[in-house]
Amino acid sequence: MSDIKIRASLSGDETTVKCLMSHPMETGMRKDSKTGELVPAHFIEEVVCKHKDEVVLTANWSGGVSKNPYLSFKFKGGVAGDPITVTWTDNKGETQSASDQIKG
Amino acid sequence: MIDATRRTLLKGSLAAGSVGVAAGLLAPRLALADWNAAAFQAKDIPTALTGLMGSDAPETSDRIKIKAPDIAENGAVVPVTVETDLEGVTSIAIIASKNQTPLIASFDFSGSAIPFVSTRIKMAETADVVAVVKVGDKLYQNAKSVKVTIGGCGG
Repeated sequence: MSDIKIRASLSGDETTVKCLMSHPMETGMRKDSKTGELVPAHFIEEVVCKHKDEVVLTANWSGGVSKNPYLSFKFKGGVAGDPITVTWTDNKGETQSASDQIKG
Repeated sequence: MIDATRRTLLKGSLAAGSVGVAAGLLAPRLALADWNAAAFQAKDIPTALTGLMGSDAPETSDRIKIKAPDIAENGAVVPVTVETDLEGVTSIAIIASKNQTPLIASFDFSGSAIPFVSTRIKMAETADVVAVVKVGDKLYQNAKSVKVTIGGCGG
Protein backbone atom coordinates (compact mmCIF):
# COMPACT_ATOMS: atom_id res chain seq x y z
CA MET A 1 0.00 0.00 0.00
CA SER A 2 1.53 3.15 -1.09
CA ASP A 3 0.91 6.63 0.22
CA ILE A 4 1.22 8.33 -3.15
CA LYS A 5 -2.05 9.24 -4.81
CA ILE A 6 -1.90 9.85 -8.54
CA ARG A 7 -4.55 11.15 -10.88
CA ALA A 8 -3.73 11.48 -14.56
CA SER A 9 -6.28 12.83 -17.00
CA LEU A 10 -6.15 13.41 -20.71
CA SER A 11 -7.48 16.53 -22.40
CA GLY A 12 -6.79 16.71 -26.13
CA ASP A 13 -3.07 16.06 -26.51
CA GLU A 14 -2.19 17.08 -22.97
CA THR A 15 -2.02 14.82 -19.98
CA THR A 16 -2.30 16.51 -16.59
CA VAL A 17 -0.95 14.56 -13.66
CA LYS A 18 -1.74 15.50 -10.09
CA CYS A 19 -0.18 13.67 -7.21
CA LEU A 20 -0.25 13.84 -3.47
CA MET A 21 2.47 12.29 -1.34
CA SER A 22 2.42 11.53 2.34
CA HIS A 23 5.54 12.89 4.04
CA PRO A 24 6.35 15.07 7.10
CA MET A 25 8.76 17.37 5.14
CA GLU A 26 10.74 18.52 8.17
CA THR A 27 13.23 21.25 7.33
CA GLY A 28 15.53 20.49 10.25
CA MET A 29 15.12 24.10 11.40
CA ARG A 30 11.84 23.69 13.28
CA LYS A 31 11.83 23.36 17.06
CA ASP A 32 9.65 20.87 18.85
CA SER A 33 7.16 22.95 20.85
CA LYS A 34 7.35 20.63 23.88
CA THR A 35 11.04 19.80 24.18
CA GLY A 36 12.47 22.90 22.50
CA GLU A 37 14.83 20.71 20.52
CA LEU A 38 15.28 20.87 16.79
CA VAL A 39 13.29 18.32 14.85
CA PRO A 40 15.74 16.50 12.57
CA ALA A 41 15.49 17.18 8.86
CA HIS A 42 13.34 14.66 7.04
CA PHE A 43 12.16 15.66 3.61
CA ILE A 44 11.81 14.39 0.05
CA GLU A 45 14.85 15.29 -2.02
CA GLU A 46 13.94 13.85 -5.36
CA VAL A 47 10.77 12.93 -7.21
CA VAL A 48 10.97 11.17 -10.56
CA CYS A 49 7.84 11.10 -12.74
CA LYS A 50 7.61 8.73 -15.66
CA HIS A 51 5.23 8.26 -18.55
CA LYS A 52 5.66 4.60 -19.53
CA ASP A 53 9.46 4.23 -19.37
CA GLU A 54 10.28 7.82 -20.24
CA VAL A 55 11.19 10.31 -17.50
CA VAL A 56 9.04 13.41 -17.96
CA LEU A 57 9.86 15.38 -14.83
CA THR A 58 12.53 15.21 -12.14
CA ALA A 59 11.88 17.39 -9.11
CA ASN A 60 14.53 18.26 -6.54
CA TRP A 61 13.17 19.65 -3.30
CA SER A 62 14.33 21.22 -0.09
CA GLY A 63 12.37 21.15 3.16
CA GLY A 64 10.61 24.28 1.87
CA VAL A 65 7.95 22.22 0.13
CA SER A 66 4.86 21.86 2.31
CA LYS A 67 4.08 18.80 4.41
CA ASN A 68 2.31 16.05 2.45
CA PRO A 69 3.51 17.50 -0.85
CA TYR A 70 1.30 18.16 -3.83
CA LEU A 71 2.77 18.11 -7.31
CA SER A 72 1.13 18.65 -10.64
CA PHE A 73 2.72 18.55 -14.10
CA LYS A 74 1.72 18.20 -17.74
CA PHE A 75 3.08 16.48 -20.81
CA LYS A 76 2.12 15.75 -24.39
CA GLY A 77 1.66 12.47 -26.19
CA GLY A 78 -0.03 10.39 -23.51
CA VAL A 79 -2.78 7.91 -24.41
CA ALA A 80 -5.54 6.68 -22.11
CA GLY A 81 -4.35 3.58 -20.31
CA ASP A 82 -0.65 4.54 -20.33
CA PRO A 83 1.05 4.03 -16.97
CA ILE A 84 2.34 7.02 -14.96
CA THR A 85 4.89 6.21 -12.28
CA VAL A 86 5.93 8.55 -9.47
CA THR A 87 8.88 7.69 -7.23
CA TRP A 88 10.27 9.77 -4.37
CA THR A 89 13.47 9.44 -2.34
CA ASP A 90 14.00 11.34 0.90
CA ASN A 91 17.09 12.52 2.77
CA LYS A 92 17.10 9.37 4.90
CA GLY A 93 17.25 7.20 1.81
CA GLU A 94 13.67 6.01 2.14
CA THR A 95 11.82 5.64 -1.11
CA GLN A 96 8.29 5.06 -2.30
CA SER A 97 6.77 4.50 -5.69
CA ALA A 98 3.28 4.28 -7.15
CA SER A 99 1.71 4.16 -10.56
CA ASP A 100 -1.64 4.74 -12.16
CA GLN A 101 -3.11 4.80 -15.65
CA ILE A 102 -4.09 7.84 -17.68
CA LYS A 103 -7.85 8.26 -17.78
CA GLY A 104 -9.33 9.39 -21.07
CA MET B 1 33.57 28.51 37.99
CA ILE B 2 36.43 26.46 36.64
CA ASP B 3 34.21 23.42 36.61
CA ALA B 4 31.53 25.23 34.65
CA THR B 5 34.06 26.18 31.98
CA ARG B 6 35.21 22.60 31.78
CA ARG B 7 31.59 21.43 31.27
CA THR B 8 31.12 23.95 28.47
CA LEU B 9 34.31 22.81 26.82
CA LEU B 10 33.29 19.17 27.07
CA LYS B 11 29.86 19.88 25.61
CA GLY B 12 31.43 21.85 22.81
CA SER B 13 33.82 19.11 21.84
CA LEU B 14 31.09 16.47 22.02
CA ALA B 15 28.87 18.51 19.73
CA ALA B 16 31.70 19.04 17.29
CA GLY B 17 32.36 15.29 17.32
CA SER B 18 28.79 14.38 16.48
CA VAL B 19 28.64 16.91 13.66
CA GLY B 20 31.73 15.30 12.19
CA VAL B 21 30.15 11.86 12.37
CA ALA B 22 26.92 13.09 10.80
CA ALA B 23 28.79 14.69 7.93
CA GLY B 24 30.71 11.48 7.37
CA LEU B 25 27.51 9.47 7.18
CA LEU B 26 25.78 11.94 4.90
CA ALA B 27 28.52 12.45 2.35
CA PRO B 28 28.37 9.14 0.45
CA ARG B 29 24.58 9.18 0.22
CA LEU B 30 24.47 12.73 -1.12
CA ALA B 31 26.99 11.79 -3.76
CA LEU B 32 24.69 8.95 -4.84
CA ALA B 33 21.46 10.89 -4.81
CA ASP B 34 22.58 13.71 -7.11
CA TRP B 35 20.83 16.21 -4.83
CA ASN B 36 22.40 19.65 -5.10
CA ALA B 37 23.19 20.30 -1.44
CA ALA B 38 25.20 23.47 -2.13
CA ALA B 39 22.26 25.11 -3.90
CA PHE B 40 19.50 23.90 -1.59
CA GLN B 41 21.35 24.80 1.61
CA ALA B 42 22.47 28.22 0.33
CA LYS B 43 21.28 31.11 2.47
CA ASP B 44 20.99 33.63 -0.35
CA ILE B 45 19.53 33.56 -3.85
CA PRO B 46 22.71 34.27 -5.92
CA THR B 47 24.56 31.37 -4.28
CA ALA B 48 21.58 29.06 -4.77
CA LEU B 49 21.14 30.01 -8.41
CA THR B 50 24.83 29.75 -9.23
CA GLY B 51 24.94 26.34 -7.60
CA LEU B 52 21.83 25.14 -9.38
CA MET B 53 21.95 26.76 -12.78
CA GLY B 54 25.47 28.10 -13.14
CA SER B 55 24.51 31.78 -13.23
CA ASP B 56 22.87 34.30 -10.92
CA ALA B 57 21.77 36.90 -13.44
CA PRO B 58 18.38 35.97 -14.89
CA GLU B 59 16.62 38.31 -17.27
CA THR B 60 13.10 39.32 -16.22
CA SER B 61 10.42 37.93 -18.51
CA ASP B 62 6.67 38.44 -18.28
CA ARG B 63 6.20 35.28 -20.31
CA ILE B 64 6.62 33.40 -17.03
CA LYS B 65 3.30 33.23 -15.23
CA ILE B 66 3.27 32.68 -11.49
CA LYS B 67 0.00 31.85 -9.85
CA ALA B 68 0.05 32.30 -6.09
CA PRO B 69 -2.31 33.97 -3.61
CA ASP B 70 -1.89 37.72 -2.93
CA ILE B 71 -2.39 37.00 0.73
CA ALA B 72 -1.56 33.62 2.24
CA GLU B 73 -3.15 33.15 5.63
CA ASN B 74 -1.03 30.12 6.40
CA GLY B 75 2.61 30.30 5.34
CA ALA B 76 2.97 26.55 5.79
CA VAL B 77 0.89 25.85 2.71
CA VAL B 78 1.14 28.36 -0.13
CA PRO B 79 -0.05 27.00 -3.47
CA VAL B 80 2.25 28.06 -6.32
CA THR B 81 1.86 27.35 -10.03
CA VAL B 82 4.49 28.32 -12.57
CA GLU B 83 3.85 28.21 -16.28
CA THR B 84 5.62 29.69 -19.28
CA ASP B 85 5.20 29.81 -23.05
CA LEU B 86 8.96 30.14 -23.59
CA GLU B 87 10.29 27.47 -25.96
CA GLY B 88 12.88 24.87 -25.01
CA VAL B 89 12.56 25.10 -21.24
CA THR B 90 14.80 22.60 -19.47
CA SER B 91 14.12 23.52 -15.87
CA ILE B 92 12.14 25.72 -13.51
CA ALA B 93 13.19 26.70 -9.99
CA ILE B 94 10.92 28.09 -7.29
CA ILE B 95 12.37 30.47 -4.70
CA ALA B 96 10.85 32.16 -1.64
CA SER B 97 13.06 35.22 -1.31
CA LYS B 98 12.97 35.58 2.48
CA ASN B 99 13.11 31.96 3.57
CA GLN B 100 16.21 30.91 5.48
CA THR B 101 17.16 28.68 2.57
CA PRO B 102 15.43 30.44 -0.33
CA LEU B 103 15.63 27.70 -2.96
CA ILE B 104 12.58 25.52 -2.50
CA ALA B 105 12.37 23.31 -5.52
CA SER B 106 13.78 22.77 -8.95
CA PHE B 107 12.05 20.84 -11.70
CA ASP B 108 13.84 19.36 -14.69
CA PHE B 109 11.73 18.71 -17.75
CA SER B 110 12.50 16.05 -20.29
CA GLY B 111 10.84 14.30 -23.17
CA SER B 112 7.38 15.60 -23.92
CA ALA B 113 6.93 17.61 -20.72
CA ILE B 114 5.14 20.97 -20.88
CA PRO B 115 6.81 23.78 -18.89
CA PHE B 116 4.18 23.83 -16.17
CA VAL B 117 4.44 22.89 -12.55
CA SER B 118 2.22 23.30 -9.53
CA THR B 119 3.02 22.59 -5.90
CA ARG B 120 2.61 23.92 -2.37
CA ILE B 121 5.43 25.65 -0.51
CA LYS B 122 6.30 27.01 2.93
CA MET B 123 6.95 30.71 3.36
CA ALA B 124 8.53 32.17 6.48
CA GLU B 125 7.20 35.70 5.95
CA THR B 126 5.80 38.11 3.39
CA ALA B 127 8.13 37.88 0.41
CA ASP B 128 8.45 37.43 -3.32
CA VAL B 129 7.92 34.05 -4.89
CA VAL B 130 10.50 33.97 -7.66
CA ALA B 131 10.38 31.55 -10.57
CA VAL B 132 13.56 31.06 -12.56
CA VAL B 133 13.28 29.36 -15.92
CA LYS B 134 16.23 27.89 -17.77
CA VAL B 135 16.15 27.87 -21.57
CA GLY B 136 19.36 26.46 -23.02
CA ASP B 137 22.08 28.55 -21.35
CA LYS B 138 19.85 31.50 -20.59
CA LEU B 139 17.94 32.23 -17.41
CA TYR B 140 14.69 34.13 -17.14
CA GLN B 141 12.81 35.08 -14.01
CA ASN B 142 9.61 36.58 -12.80
CA ALA B 143 8.34 37.28 -9.29
CA LYS B 144 5.11 37.66 -7.44
CA SER B 145 4.70 39.15 -4.01
CA VAL B 146 2.83 37.06 -1.44
CA LYS B 147 1.74 38.52 1.86
CA VAL B 148 2.01 35.94 4.62
CA THR B 149 -0.13 36.33 7.72
CA ILE B 150 1.31 33.43 9.76
CA GLY B 151 4.82 32.24 8.91
CA GLY B 152 5.13 28.60 7.94
CA CYS B 153 8.60 27.55 8.97
CA GLY B 154 7.83 26.72 12.58
CA GLY B 155 9.90 28.14 15.40
